[in-house]
Amino acid sequence: MKTKNKTLNKTSRMNFITYGVVIAAYAILQTMVSTGSISSTLKGMLVPICAYVVMAVSLNLTVGVLGELSLGHAGFMSVGAFTGVTAAIALQDAIPSGTLRLCIGMVVGAIFAAIAGVLIGIPVLRLKGDYLAIVTLAFGEIIKSIINNLYVGVDANGMQLSFLSDKTNLAEGGKLIIAGPMGIGGITKLSTFTIGFVLVMITLVIVFNLVNSRTGRAIKAIRDNRIAAESVGINVTKYRLMAFVISAALAGAAGTLFAENYSTVVANKFDFNTSILVLVFVVLGGLGNMLGSIIAAAALTILPEALRQFADYRMLIYAIVLILVMLITNNPTLKGYLNIIKQKLVRKKPVAQTAEGGADNGK
Amino acid sequence: MASKVKLVPIPSDSVIPERDIDKSPILETHHLGIDFGGLVAVDDFNLTIGRTEIAGLIGPNGAGKTTIFNLLTNVYQPTRGTILLDGKSTKGLKTSQVCKLGIARTFQNIRLFSAMTVMENILVGLHDEMDYNVLTSIIRLPGFFRSERIARERAMELLSIFNMEDLADAEAGSLPYGAQRRLEILRALATNPCLLLLDEPAAGMNPSETEELMENIRRIRDMFQIAVLLIEHDMNLVMGICEGICVVNYGKVIAKGDPDQIKNDPVVIEAYLGKKGAK
Repeated sequence: MKTKNKTLNKTSRMNFITYGVVIAAYAILQTMVSTGSISSTLKGMLVPICAYVVMAVSLNLTVGVLGELSLGHAGFMSVGAFTGVTAAIALQDAIPSGTLRLCIGMVVGAIFAAIAGVLIGIPVLRLKGDYLAIVTLAFGEIIKSIINNLYVGVDANGMQLSFLSDKTNLAEGGKLIIAGPMGIGGITKLSTFTIGFVLVMITLVIVFNLVNSRTGRAIKAIRDNRIAAESVGINVTKYRLMAFVISAALAGAAGTLFAENYSTVVANKFDFNTSILVLVFVVLGGLGNMLGSIIAAAALTILPEALRQFADYRMLIYAIVLILVMLITNNPTLKGYLNIIKQKLVRKKPVAQTAEGGADNGK
Repeated sequence: MASKVKLVPIPSDSVIPERDIDKSPILETHHLGIDFGGLVAVDDFNLTIGRTEIAGLIGPNGAGKTTIFNLLTNVYQPTRGTILLDGKSTKGLKTSQVCKLGIARTFQNIRLFSAMTVMENILVGLHDEMDYNVLTSIIRLPGFFRSERIARERAMELLSIFNMEDLADAEAGSLPYGAQRRLEILRALATNPCLLLLDEPAAGMNPSETEELMENIRRIRDMFQIAVLLIEHDMNLVMGICEGICVVNYGKVIAKGDPDQIKNDPVVIEAYLGKKGAK
């Protein structure tokens, strides 16, 4: 009995630490907001931080757990943002509760992003490594171009779609929701820090519970050795697609959360730079390390604002900080120290574990 | 040591052990062949393996032995011929489907999931034994815990075959070489096969380790009542445990029979055993 639960204990301890950090951060920030001891810039960044955290954690599922580099993650965020916000606006009269509309919007955004994930995943996942990365980059740009040329209007007769130019013929009282390159304007701001926090928690539950199940093990097995995974009966195509689609769906929900925080949203916001930014969060935080992704996403979202005092040199300093952090975190000596701290945190002694480890937590 | 097994001819040019004669063979290949471009890698390969037979596939380097394994597991689709597993053709199936039908294998160059723990490696092999779906695992319904508990107990049972229970939490890539080989066999056994393919299981092992391995292969066959087909260059192992042996050279079968017949076959001695036979 003791030995059996050891792996479960070690990983679940790390997961509980992650949950704990997120809850603690929420509690502290929420208290600061209610007591008014938080700067207005930071307050305005709370929702984007949540959105980027979800983006980073979901991309980590593709990059860290599945082991495939995706350079088009912002594309799924974009799909989620536009479909989710459109749904929220279309339901404006039917559902008075803003929170409920936002939740429906996020679900719609996630579903559409998942559909995009399936459509893109089927051709893309035939490829491996660098080729796959380049093709996801191309798909990210295609999504941006499509939304830049998309016009969606709604009137009493229902929804109307047109491409390239505004050919919608809206009846009296109808309105154009997505106006091509102008995107969506006049959004009522629905996102709150609390909803963002809830989405982060849901994302963590989904990702942790998925990784720590037969599905997650199959995905990791494919990452470690595809040929061996096939030889033990793992359907490689199925599980690769599953990881890719779940990652896309979570990015879609994050997109809706992000867009509902502003009064306008345009497709150009979700370009290659955003994809790379999210990838930087993942790489900086460590592949497969969700807590690392969360901390990196939060820190690197705040950093450019915190550096505002340096005016024109802001982005230069940002880049230098990034390089230094990468160098320092990859320093072997420092990595050793970090491991010691980590082992203390999860109370796991590397030598003694085979004999008596895991006995203290029998649940 | 090796109990005398009488091989009996069956209605083809193959032989299987006498005890398996009443049962249909687990594996039959008929005129199997594959070409790579213009190169005929394997040609007219006929093999029959009995239900509980330990069979050997030997031949000089480059003879096409691993290619035959890849054909049997549908890593390569054969150009010619058919493979019948338990009487059913595996034509057009994916490797993962062939595994579900009952062929499990190990690799010449070890292929473990090296960043995962020993336990997780076995659990991947037990993938199909667990019956919960993705949603159940995300919401953590009771079915998840029940299924996981049963699978972990099964994994510990499998690890106990090689006394590896203590290593359950170790990272697979960090294991010593011999333990990695053993883990690969256990992972293959976890898929509940009826035919186990071992690609050079004794490679890199010293004589005492090889002796232990021979004992273990026999033990596994008796425990699980499965057939084993192994590729091996270590003639002590092959002659010691294999009941039927098939010798290939240049992609073609040059001899079949029991160890005594193979040892004394002039064609085999010429092609392969010449040097060792002199000893």
